[in-house]
Amino acid sequence: MAGTLGAVALGARLVWDKGGYGVEQSTATRQVRDYRLAERDAEHAQLAIARAAAKEAGDDSPGPTATPEQLVRRAVEAMGGMAKFVSRGDVVVVKPNIGWDRMPIHAANTNPEVVGAVIRLAFEAGAKKVVVADGSCNEPHRCFQRSGIWRSAYDLGAEVILPQEHRFRPMRLNGDVLDEWPVFTTLVDADKVINVPIAKHHNLAKFTGAMKNWYGVLGGRRNRLHQNIDVSIADLATFMRPTLVVMDAWRVLVRNGPQGGNVDDAKDMHTIVASVDQLAVDAFGCTLIGQKSENLPYLAMGERRGLGTTRWQSLRVREV
Amino acid sequence: MAVAANPGGVPEHGGVRLDPVALGVGAVEGHAGVEPIPWKTGRVGTVPAIDVVTAGASAGAHASAGAGAGSHAGAGASAGAHAGASAHAHARAPNKKKLPGSGIPPRRVAVILKWARRVSQVGFFALFMYFLFQTAFRGSFAARADSAVRLPLPVEGFLLADPFVGAMTVLSTHAVYRGLLWSVGLLGLTMVVGRVFCGWICPFGTLHHFFGWLLPSRRGRGAARVEANKTHTYQRAKYYLLYAFLLAGVGGSAIGGLFDPICIAVRSIGLGVIPAAQYVTHRALGAAQDVHSRPVQAAADHAQDYLAQTVWQSKQFYFHETWFIVFLLVAVLFANRFIPRFWCRVLCPLGAFLGVFSRFALFGMTKDHAKCTDCNLCLVHCQGADSPQGGVKWRQDECHMCMNCETACPEDVIKFTFLPNRKSTITVPDTVRRTALASVGAGAMFLPAARIADSLDVNYHPKVIRPPGAVEERGFLERCIRCAECMKVCPNNALHPAFFEAGIEGLWTPILIARIGYCEFSCVLCGQVCPTGAIQKIDEKEKMGVGQPPIKIGTAFYDHGRCLPWSMQTPCIVCEEFCPTSPKAIWVEEVDATVRDSKPGPDGAPPAYKTVHLQRPHVDPSLCVGCGACEKVCPVQDQPAVYVTSVGETRSKTNVILLENTSYNQKT
Repeated sequence: MAGTLGAVALGARLVWDKGGYGVEQSTATRQVRDYRLAERDAEHAQLAIARAAAKEAGDDSPGPTATPEQLVRRAVEAMGGMAKFVSRGDVVVVKPNIGWDRMPIHAANTNPEVVGAVIRLAFEAGAKKVVVADGSCNEPHRCFQRSGIWRSAYDLGAEVILPQEHRFRPMRLNGDVLDEWPVFTTLVDADKVINVPIAKHHNLAKFTGAMKNWYGVLGGRRNRLHQNIDVSIADLATFMRPTLVVMDAWRVLVRNGPQGGNVDDAKDMHTIVASVDQLAVDAFGCTLIGQKSENLPYLAMGERRGLGTTRWQSLRVREV
Repeated sequence: MAVAANPGGVPEHGGVRLDPVALGVGAVEGHAGVEPIPWKTGRVGTVPAIDVVTAGASAGAHASAGAGAGSHAGAGASAGAHAGASAHAHARAPNKKKLPGSGIPPRRVAVILKWARRVSQVGFFALFMYFLFQTAFRGSFAARADSAVRLPLPVEGFLLADPFVGAMTVLSTHAVYRGLLWSVGLLGLTMVVGRVFCGWICPFGTLHHFFGWLLPSRRGRGAARVEANKTHTYQRAKYYLLYAFLLAGVGGSAIGGLFDPICIAVRSIGLGVIPAAQYVTHRALGAAQDVHSRPVQAAADHAQDYLAQTVWQSKQFYFHETWFIVFLLVAVLFANRFIPRFWCRVLCPLGAFLGVFSRFALFGMTKDHAKCTDCNLCLVHCQGADSPQGGVKWRQDECHMCMNCETACPEDVIKFTFLPNRKSTITVPDTVRRTALASVGAGAMFLPAARIADSLDVNYHPKVIRPPGAVEERGFLERCIRCAECMKVCPNNALHPAFFEAGIEGLWTPILIARIGYCEFSCVLCGQVCPTGAIQKIDEKEKMGVGQPPIKIGTAFYDHGRCLPWSMQTPCIVCEEFCPTSPKAIWVEEVDATVRDSKPGPDGAPPAYKTVHLQRPHVDPSLCVGCGACEKVCPVQDQPAVYVTSVGETRSKTNVILLENTSYNQKT
């Protein structure tokens, strides 16, 4: 009798609702995800820019003088080669921009050949598994299929993971405006993370590239981030520090960004940029569409936080 | 009269109720030239079948004399087509367990047909569910970037083969829409073999067959079940419904789709059962993912992946007021507890439609009333409540051709044959003329009654935003059968069954609720799966307006009082970012606006003012296609600051704003 009463009392104590109003405060630690490698050899570039060479006079063959894959190889080679970044047996996450239901010609998503080249390099460096994932804006299946990235990644043996609801977990980010958000776990559960953004115009942020690409790790209602888009971008770039950035500027959306939709909005530039410094990549990238890095507040914020430098010219730049 | 049971399973020979008429005089065992009664001896081989003889006797030929006289060849010849089969079946009988009554085993062909029917039911139900699971775009790793996004399978196939849908839309539109020509095939099948669709194919019928077997309580067994399975006058209701719906079709409304069994199955399973199963599974597997064990988490992850790629989609789908659809499904399934196959017998207008046409069937039942012992075993297993028992006429229009009665009958009363004797068959529906006329009148009255309500001609609901490619509203209501294929396939969960937004006439027709999902700019899947052309099969170029004006489904409007840059001096323009047209229909105006600080100044001074640079969004109504992407992504959560209404839709000549949109004959 007394035992029963005691058990009931204990049970009631355990589920006792003491009242109170409000959202429960998370006690989890606020995190950053840093996938950078500790050292960089002085002999290798800090910012590599690979451009397709201008055509010689009299060369009237169609198409550029190099393929996107060749440019990616040249840029990564100038950075010291993929083996400097990826070790044998690594699980490598490749994070392209697969945000929109647009085809490669619209240049709203990362070029599938660029993504394919990065995957191939990672496998050549001995990666055990390469995962390609992004949290799309439009319907993900359409985005993955029509960007051409699904097919190109699958053909190379990479694992393509769509942003399914169950893959998002709440996590506390160490940001000024970003605290607890659902995070795409696939993108943060990795040994190495390679950021493969596309350089493009953005009507609110003016230009977006490597830093803004991390919007793809967030789930939930991201539309609120735009009220303070610069701080949000800086927060995300603080949270995600990739092993390597390979920015696609093969074809660049110069207006009507970030979605585009008109072939005339994009311009062929046949350029690939590689670096470890996300700020430097964006600072260089914005010049492609005629922007200045001073006009992009998120770059200045990133620099104040010590995420990198916007004075990309001061780095060891190698043009190949 | 009792049959003594033999331990070996072979029925005792003596004292059996041999049919004196059939055996005739001289049919005494041991008599020279008289074969032993085949199903009692267990002897394998060709023997003259006594039941065949009796069949001859009942037909008036009285061939038993010939058989009794030992004319082996003559017996087979006079007995007709079934002699071989039945003799064969009888010869195998001793190996089987004891049968009730006289224990005459069923013909093998009947048993085969019964099993074929079961296999067919399972197969077609599985096919239906597979098609329903495939009514979704899940993308493909093999597809090229520029290949058009279409479903590879004819997932709406069951609806295309539905002659009730075909007839209704033919009456309302005076045309057969594309794939609906298939329904003629099903009508043809019915005219050869009766309502086999109901018993063998219909997935909703199979569901009721299953629940009719599962649900009857103790009360529903034995005599109560026999009573329930007798033909009742309430079964006429489905014919009255059919007539009313067809007349409503003549008037110009495909409202009958509310009662079409395939539509109900797609609607209730697709919009109710599958999302509910997903919800429960997602919760359960989500809990498994919280277990601190890597293998458990990985297994749960893989299960979620697999289900998302095969059964449902990668996110939870919700449907507007779908509770009512599910409630009706549960109610109609539960009715099987009281009246087995309540739906099929009492309400199904498709069954009624096929019942009307089954009168021409070449395949049907003959009964030997004289041999019936009123054991009622046929009634216990009857699906259609079509009077299979002896002493009454068989109701061909009610029969689902399930073959249960023939295999259940221990007395050799029931036989299904081609070109049967129709003496004891009623082929036409047993409806009362006055009630039928009243139903027709009610159906004809439906349209005026629905349209003098204000929902269509005046006071059109602004939130009745039809899918892209939908025809003009009157034409739409003539065609839309509310099958919910479009809502099921919509990859963004944008299309929903209307409740009463579109009036009583528009119940469960598709409307776009942009707050839940927007219309993906380059997606045309809803038109692809629409079986009746309510949504036309447009392509991407037509929809997006490549070299022609795009298809508009509505127009976006700003609520300046709620919009962040307009009223709260806060930067936002997510709407502009998501606007899919090029050039964008949403454009921004750069302004410098004054905003007050939230905190008061030092020493209680009034708060300071500062100037912020803002982009304020505007809609260009001539470019807006009404997709609702802006409404979907607006961060003002409860009631968005930008919203879409149906005005300006391409399909309407009256629901427009701009003068330029009323000049249809000019290409812009």
